[in-house]
Amino acid sequence: MSDSYLNPGLPQPVPTSDGLDTPFWKGLQEEKILLQKCVDCNSWQWGPEWICHRCHSENVEYSEVPGEGIIYSYERVWHPVHPALKEQGPYIVVLVEIPEADHVRLVGNLLGDAHQEVKIGSPVSAAFEHHADAEPSFTLLQWRCCD
Amino acid sequence: MSTRTLRGKVAVAGVGETAYYKRGEAPDPEFKLALKAIKAACKDAGISPKEIDGFASFSNDRSDPSRLAAALGCPELRFANMQWGGGGGGGAAAFGNAAAAIATGLADCVVVFRALAQGQFGRFGQGPRRNTIAGDFAHTVPYGLMSPAQMFAMKVNRFMNDHSVEQNALRAISLAAYHHAQNNPRAVMYGRPLDEEKYDSSRWIVEPFHLFDCCLENDGAAAMILVSAERAKDFPNKPCYLLGSVGGSHYRAGASVHNTPEYASSTFPTLAPRLYEMAQVSAKDVDVLQSYENFTGGVLMSIVEHGFCEPDECNEFFVKDRFIAPSGDLPLNTSGGNLAECYMHGLGLILESVRQIRGDSTNQVETPDVSMTISGPMVTPVSACIVGSEATL
Repeated sequence: MSDSYLNPGLPQPVPTSDGLDTPFWKGLQEEKILLQKCVDCNSWQWGPEWICHRCHSENVEYSEVPGEGIIYSYERVWHPVHPALKEQGPYIVVLVEIPEADHVRLVGNLLGDAHQEVKIGSPVSAAFEHHADAEPSFTLLQWRCCD
Repeated sequence: MSTRTLRGKVAVAGVGETAYYKRGEAPDPEFKLALKAIKAACKDAGISPKEIDGFASFSNDRSDPSRLAAALGCPELRFANMQWGGGGGGGAAAFGNAAAAIATGLADCVVVFRALAQGQFGRFGQGPRRNTIAGDFAHTVPYGLMSPAQMFAMKVNRFMNDHSVEQNALRAISLAAYHHAQNNPRAVMYGRPLDEEKYDSSRWIVEPFHLFDCCLENDGAAAMILVSAERAKDFPNKPCYLLGSVGGSHYRAGASVHNTPEYASSTFPTLAPRLYEMAQVSAKDVDVLQSYENFTGGVLMSIVEHGFCEPDECNEFFVKDRFIAPSGDLPLNTSGGNLAECYMHGLGLILESVRQIRGDSTNQVETPDVSMTISGPMVTPVSACIVGSEATL
């Protein structure tokens, strides 16, 4: 994908300096969704934590999840709160749950018509929005409705 | 039941505030606003500010207690407290913290305060202005999810979807606030009424929030003076007692990137029962309610989670007439609240709950005994408190 969903100029994501979410951002650049999984109790968690919140193991690794999710919630934004979005018009943010990873949730945009009707519970598939020319380069995880 | 309680142990001796201003229009710097509000609360209580020996605030208030004590010439500082967490979630908790200090003998006269000068220190409702972003916000801001309205609309949409709540339920909350503000000369929206048509035709900020579903952004300061209950009758105002206070959140409410398990929530499911237990009242005993409106959707979920209404009955329950003082059966945000009086991070709501017990609200409910305030829904930690008349002790 070359065109970005939102107009350019928003702050671009970088990994935290302590490295906690570095694998996630590197994974997106390789078109993989890597989220945290506890090696000891096999449970998933997101956002990133230093230990497993269920069993307190420090043995937490990043594992790949399929690019398939369900819309858990959404919002259509109209009022721009950042100068980069002044000419954007409405856009849709979705909260997507990943059933195969204990229903952890990810935030992204819903690609397509910003006026489309959005239904909570709809299946969506991942789309990787590469910003190769950015310095440093990064990739956003976007979603589109499955037909 | 635990015998450890704050019920009836602490009283509010005085309340006060500065004039409330539109964002950026205060003639004074924030610290001076704090001093002016504290002076006003002391005057209302009939005491000298030099009697204050403790300070409690929330939301990372910038007016440092040591500096305040120095500026006021307080002989002794015994309690300097800050409730963690942003937004207005800490308002009632700061009240509870201050009361706990008095009840346990840490201090004798504690002021709860909040001061805000957004012109001096920048706005809440804007996105970050920098080139890169890391941490939790890196997972939301690049997708255009960055302001408080945007953070919370996602929760409210899920709640409204799950329970088939219609837009009119949110509208009723906004109409009630603006109605009350028309009788309150302190209110920033005094003289600027709102009706159904104006609400319906107002622009979307983020669905389901119209412009009038969103709080104001203001400059000003508010304060209240707390003392032990034994001294409650030594002051000119009708006694008003703290009956209960809670502050906190449910399981993993702080899970980042919108991953709290109980997501479509105002963050009160575990706290509300504890509040009622300490106060020894139930929802049906509440005579008047102040419920923090960062956004009307937060009021919607707060009222449900405090047991006033079943989640599937919102469309019938949330009607303007019910919320209007003095005739409604649940007068709501009787000063105009954060939508129409002033956004003082909700401390103004607690002052109003005290005024109702004292009988000097500009939208007075007839002799209320139980007056409740809910602070800062949807963030974590949140808080709530109940104050009562002498008859409740």
